[in-house]
Amino acid sequence: MNAPALIDTDNAHPLTTTRFTVPGMKCAGCIGKIERELPKVAGIAAARANFSAKRVAISHDPAVGEDALTAALLGLGFEAQPVADNPMGVEVAERKRLNRALGVAGFGMMNVMLLSVSVWSGADGATRELFHWLSALIALPVIAYSGRPFFASAWMALSHKRTNMDVPISIGVILATCLSLYETITGGAHAYFDSAVMLLFFLLAGRALDAEMRTRTRAGIGALLGRMGKSASVIAPDGSTRRVPAKDLEPGMLVLVAAGEALAADGEVVDGSSAIDNAMLTGESAPEPVGPGSVVHAGAINLSAPIRVALTRVADDTAIAEIARLMDEAGQSRSTYVRIADRASRLYAPVVHSLAALAFAGWMIAGAGVHQSLTIAIAVLIITCPCAMGLAVPAAQVVASGALLRRGLLVKDGSALERLAECDVALLDKTGTLTLGAPRADIAALDAEARAVALGLAQASRHPLSRGLAAALLRAGVEPAAITDIAEVSGKGLTGTWQGVCVALEKPEGDSQALATTLRIGEAAQTITFADPLRADAAATLAALKHEGLTASILSGDRAAPVAAIAAELGLAAQAEASPQAKLAALEALKAAGRRPLMVGDGLNDGPALAAAHASIAPGTASDASQQAADAVFIGEGFMPVALAVRVAKKTMRIVRENFGFSIAYNLLAVPLAVLGLVTPLIAAIAMSVSSLVVVANSLRLAGAAR
Amino acid sequence: MTGLAFLIPIALGMGLLGLVAFLWSMREGQYDDMDGAANRILIDDDEPLEEDA
Repeated sequence: MNAPALIDTDNAHPLTTTRFTVPGMKCAGCIGKIERELPKVAGIAAARANFSAKRVAISHDPAVGEDALTAALLGLGFEAQPVADNPMGVEVAERKRLNRALGVAGFGMMNVMLLSVSVWSGADGATRELFHWLSALIALPVIAYSGRPFFASAWMALSHKRTNMDVPISIGVILATCLSLYETITGGAHAYFDSAVMLLFFLLAGRALDAEMRTRTRAGIGALLGRMGKSASVIAPDGSTRRVPAKDLEPGMLVLVAAGEALAADGEVVDGSSAIDNAMLTGESAPEPVGPGSVVHAGAINLSAPIRVALTRVADDTAIAEIARLMDEAGQSRSTYVRIADRASRLYAPVVHSLAALAFAGWMIAGAGVHQSLTIAIAVLIITCPCAMGLAVPAAQVVASGALLRRGLLVKDGSALERLAECDVALLDKTGTLTLGAPRADIAALDAEARAVALGLAQASRHPLSRGLAAALLRAGVEPAAITDIAEVSGKGLTGTWQGVCVALEKPEGDSQALATTLRIGEAAQTITFADPLRADAAATLAALKHEGLTASILSGDRAAPVAAIAAELGLAAQAEASPQAKLAALEALKAAGRRPLMVGDGLNDGPALAAAHASIAPGTASDASQQAADAVFIGEGFMPVALAVRVAKKTMRIVRENFGFSIAYNLLAVPLAVLGLVTPLIAAIAMSVSSLVVVANSLRLAGAAR
Repeated sequence: MTGLAFLIPIALGMGLLGLVAFLWSMREGQYDDMDGAANRILIDDDEPLEEDA
C-alpha cells in the first residue's frame, strides 16, 4: 500500500497529530498529492488521507501550528479546516464493537456446528459427551461476548419497564444456554449451543449491515460551522490589525478580509471592492461582486481583493449559525419517525413472550416434567425468533440501495427508503437542482478564430464563467490559440496578446443581471452569453414522478422572473424568492396538512427544508451542509435518479411487506407445532435459519429493480 | 477416534486463526477507508512516497 509511516523514528521531538477535513479531496490524484507533497513541508513528518471521511491526519512537530498546516494544504490547492480530535469516535466505536461481536459469533457458530453435525450423525457415549463439553467451552465465552449488544439493549428496555425485540432473543439465548449446560453436565442427549450461537450470528449480521448503512456518510452539522472563518484581522482605530478569534468578535468591529480568506462573521463592506464566493450559503456558482454597502455573510470566501468589513452579527447570530440551528431542530423532528421494523417488534415481542410462557405453563399442567416443558418453551422462543422479521427490512434496504448506487444515487440512511416510499408531494429547488447549476456558454455565434482565442484566454482563469466557457469550447473540439502576456484583473477580466493583437475577455458594458462576457479581439467585440440550462431529462423525470403519484412544484430562493420562466416551461406551480425560513414554513404547512413532502434541493438555504422534509434528496454538486442534511445524494447531470429513487423505494417497501407476510405465515405455521411439542430446539433453529434465507433471497430480487 | 485428537484442535486452531486475522485487520484500520483503498490503487507512485522506506 501507499501508506507512509506515521511515526518518524529519527526525529527526537515527539510528534503530534492534527486532523483536517478536506472536502476538496475528490480522486486518487488528490490523495497522492497530499500524501506525497505535505511531508516535504518543514515540520511535517507524514500525512495520511482518509478518502471516505474526507479527512487528512497530519503528524507534525508541535511547533508547527494549525494555521501553518492549513496554509500548507491550501498551497496544494485544498481548502482545509482543523477538526476536533477523534472525529465521530462514538459511532465508529459502536460499529467496531458490532463487527467484532459478529466475527466472534461467526467463529463460534462454525466450530459449534462442526461438533453438532458429528453428534447428529451418530456420535454417542463418551464422544458425544466430549463434543458437548467442547461446544460448551466454545459457546459460553462466545455467547457472553457476542450477546452483549442484545443483553444490554434488553436490560435497558426492561429496566424502563418496556419490551423490545431484544428481550425474547436474550431470554431465548440465555435459557437455551442454561438448559444445554444442564444437559451437558448430566450427560443428556441434546445440547442447543448451536442454536443459540447461530441465532446471535444471524442477528448480528443484520445489525452490522444496518449500522454500516447508517454511518456511511453521516458526519454532522459541525462540518458546516467549520467553514466559517476561525478568526479575523480586526483593525484598531490607530490602523494596526490584530487577529481575534471568531467567538470574541463584536458587532461594530472593523475587520480586514484578505483575498482567499473566509469571513468569520456577518457584516457590511465599508471599503474596497471584490468578488465573494457565496456557494456555501446559496449554492450559486457565480461569484458575487461586492462593494461598499454590500452585505456579506460568514462562511463566504473573499476571492479577489482585500475588503474592509464592519461587523453586524457575530458568532451564534450569523446567518450560517442560524441555518445550522434550523437544520438541527428540523432534523430532530425526523428522528421521531418510527421505523417499520420497530413498529412490528413492538407488537410482536409481547406475543412471543406470552406464547412461550403459556406453552411452559400448559405442558406443566398437562403433566410433563420441568425439563420437557422448558425444552418446548425454548423451541417456541427460538422458532418465533424475529430473525426473519429482523432481516425483512435491512436485507431489502441493503439490496435496494446497492442497486440505486449503481445508478448514481447514494442512499444515506436505511429509514430513508421507507420515507421516500411514503412521499406524496415533491418540492424542487431551481438552481442546481432542476438546472445544472453551472453556467454554460452559448458559443454558436463564435467563428473558429474567436473560439480558439476565447479558449486560450478562458483556460488561464479559475473564474466560474471562464471555466464554463472553456468547458463548452473543449466539448466543441476547439484547439486553444497560443496567447501570451495573459493577465487577470479581478472584477474586470482577462487580457492577453495573440499574434500581436490585444485580446480580452471582459465584463460587459452596462450593469445587466444576465451572465455574459465580452470577447475582444483587436477592435472587434462580441458578447458571449451564459445560461444555466435545465437538466436534460427534467421533464421526463417530472412525468415519472407524477406516475408514482407525486405532484411537483418549485420552491426557490431565486428571483421571480427566472423561476416563472422555468415553471412555465415545465408546467409546474412555483414559489419564488423564498428565504430558508419561508422554505421551512412551506414544508411545515404541508406536513400540518397531512402531506408527506419530498424536498430536492442543493443550496445551503435549502438545508433546513431538506432536514425538515419527510424525505430529501440533494444533487452531488450541492453544498456539503445540504448533502449532510439530505437522505440521498444523486450524482451526474441527469435528474432521473430522483424518480428512480421513489420507484425503487416503493418497490422496496413492497418487498418488505412480502417479507413480513412470509415471516408471519411462517410463524403461524411453526408456532402451533412448537407449542404442541412437535419441534425440538434444533429443528426450530434450522427452521428459523431457512426462513431467514427465504427473506434474504426475496430481497435479492430488488437487485435489478433500478434498471 | 484418535484422529479426533488431531482434527479437532486443528479445526479450532484454524478457526481461531481466522478470527485473530479479522480482529487484527479491524484494529489496524483496514476497513476505515474502503473508498480510499479503492482509489489508492490508481496512484502512480513512480517516485517512492517516502525516502527512508
